[in-house]
Amino acid sequence: MSFLYKHQKLERNSVILLVCIIGAILVGGIVEIIPLFRQETVIEPVKGVRPYTPLELAGYNIYIREGCYVCHSQQIRPLRDEVARYGHYSLAAESMYDHPFQWGSKRTGPDLARVGGKYSDEWHTAHIKDPRNVVPESVMPSYSFLANRGARLHDIDKHLRAQRALGVPYTDDMIKNAESDAASQAHTGSDNQSAMEERYGTSLNVRDFDGNPMLVSEMDALIAYLQVLGTMVKFTDYEPNTSTAKAGEKE
Amino acid sequence: MTDHHNKKEIDDISGVETTGHEWDGLKELNNPAPRWWLWVFYVTVIWSVGYWVIYPAWPTPGGATKGTSGWTQFTKLKNEQAEIFERQGAYLNRFHNSSFEEIMNDPELYAFANAGGAAVFKDNCATCHGTGGAGGKGYPNLNDDEWLWGGRIENIYQTLQYGIRSSHEETRVSQMPSFGRDGLLTRTQVTTVTDYVRGLSSGKSGSDHPGHAIFQEKCASCHGPDAKGGREFGAPNLTDAIWLYGESKDTIFKTVYDGRAGMMPHWKGRLNDDTLRQLTIYVHSLGGGEKSESVNDSEFGPITPGSEQ
Repeated sequence: MSFLYKHQKLERNSVILLVCIIGAILVGGIVEIIPLFRQETVIEPVKGVRPYTPLELAGYNIYIREGCYVCHSQQIRPLRDEVARYGHYSLAAESMYDHPFQWGSKRTGPDLARVGGKYSDEWHTAHIKDPRNVVPESVMPSYSFLANRGARLHDIDKHLRAQRALGVPYTDDMIKNAESDAASQAHTGSDNQSAMEERYGTSLNVRDFDGNPMLVSEMDALIAYLQVLGTMVKFTDYEPNTSTAKAGEKE
Repeated sequence: MTDHHNKKEIDDISGVETTGHEWDGLKELNNPAPRWWLWVFYVTVIWSVGYWVIYPAWPTPGGATKGTSGWTQFTKLKNEQAEIFERQGAYLNRFHNSSFEEIMNDPELYAFANAGGAAVFKDNCATCHGTGGAGGKGYPNLNDDEWLWGGRIENIYQTLQYGIRSSHEETRVSQMPSFGRDGLLTRTQVTTVTDYVRGLSSGKSGSDHPGHAIFQEKCASCHGPDAKGGREFGAPNLTDAIWLYGESKDTIFKTVYDGRAGMMPHWKGRLNDDTLRQLTIYVHSLGGGEKSESVNDSEFGPITPGSEQ
């Protein structure tokens, strides 16, 4: 078994060792980086996924600021029990405009990938203000201050621009109207709705989310974000490409 | 520090060869890594080759390699789901092909529906209506005999499918006007009618009450001239002691002044039809479920709310 001792030659010769280290790092790096250049081959295109509206993006920023991802995941794995509880497993396309993605790694609270439309706005408002008010056994902290703070909208167009730099297809028109779109999405019966629908599509939630029409609050923004989660893809007309064995072949 | 390649120095105490390195009289023993460990390592390397062949593994320009087994997590999920549906099949197939009436008359199916419904209720409904269905402010109690939109099995089924003021196009809709905010009533009138409504359940408000006329003009179209509510509009009965938002003067004033528009999401599309029907039966069983007309006609006599007890 003399070959088991051959490593001594490697370890005692710094030049050979250095070359081998560089080789190992190179292989490791290439394996991790090269696939990213061909990401489009693994993100199955799905109808319905659109960039967040400015108000939803403001809510997304609050979601990150408050660290919601620490306790909530946004990733329904293709496991039987998860699908039974949360609905259709998450698709890669559903988080392709999240920079950074909010998949999370731990569920102290439930998964939120399909929380959109599951509860009413009133419920969300009551729950975020005082979770124990509606879910007695909840350990979630209260975020009641969100209702009293105006959402940060004056520079939301810059956030859109930054997201565009990362590959989210925001148009100039969207960026130009970002602030007014954000403000008007939080008003029931806004006359800006049709213009917004032209920009973002027809399945928009335009209403006063937190029940306070006097202020576009951070609560409005956060609930607007929560209410759109997992609702963009209509699974009634979604045909899953389950057999990846055929994904690459042209038939 | 010098290497002694040729002379192998043996440590006196352990009898192990040293590396020959010495630091202030301390020498390093040249113990090799445990052989069993090293062999396991080599075996895992060989194992991985087999893994690459059988499972999806390597990214290539045309997509990842598929592996000879054709395994994907999606087919795995499909198979697992199929297995469960098959296990449930004994009941599920019968359930699927039975009408509500048939299920209610079949104790086995009824128990099956209730068990499934209870699990789904905890996951989806309990967050608002409470784990026991007792409700809360703004979320109706499902245990009592009071129903806003009807407590027959088909009423509950419709509510669950399409929701109330939900985003579904077939949703149940009605609008309690903002009588004060929209100027339909003056502030004083709102106060008067609030007082009238508060007195209804205790019988204190008669037709001599100053709010009576306002009520008849503005409220009776939905809540009925006798204030007993109307299910076609989801208008609550105001003569009982059940209050969805609370019975305090301030709360009722706010209800009349600003209106209320509680929203229940639609579940069609989120839950499949079998699950929805199980849930319907479970909610119906919670305490206040009413007999359906067809059943009533044949054997149960006239319909009265809560006649199931």
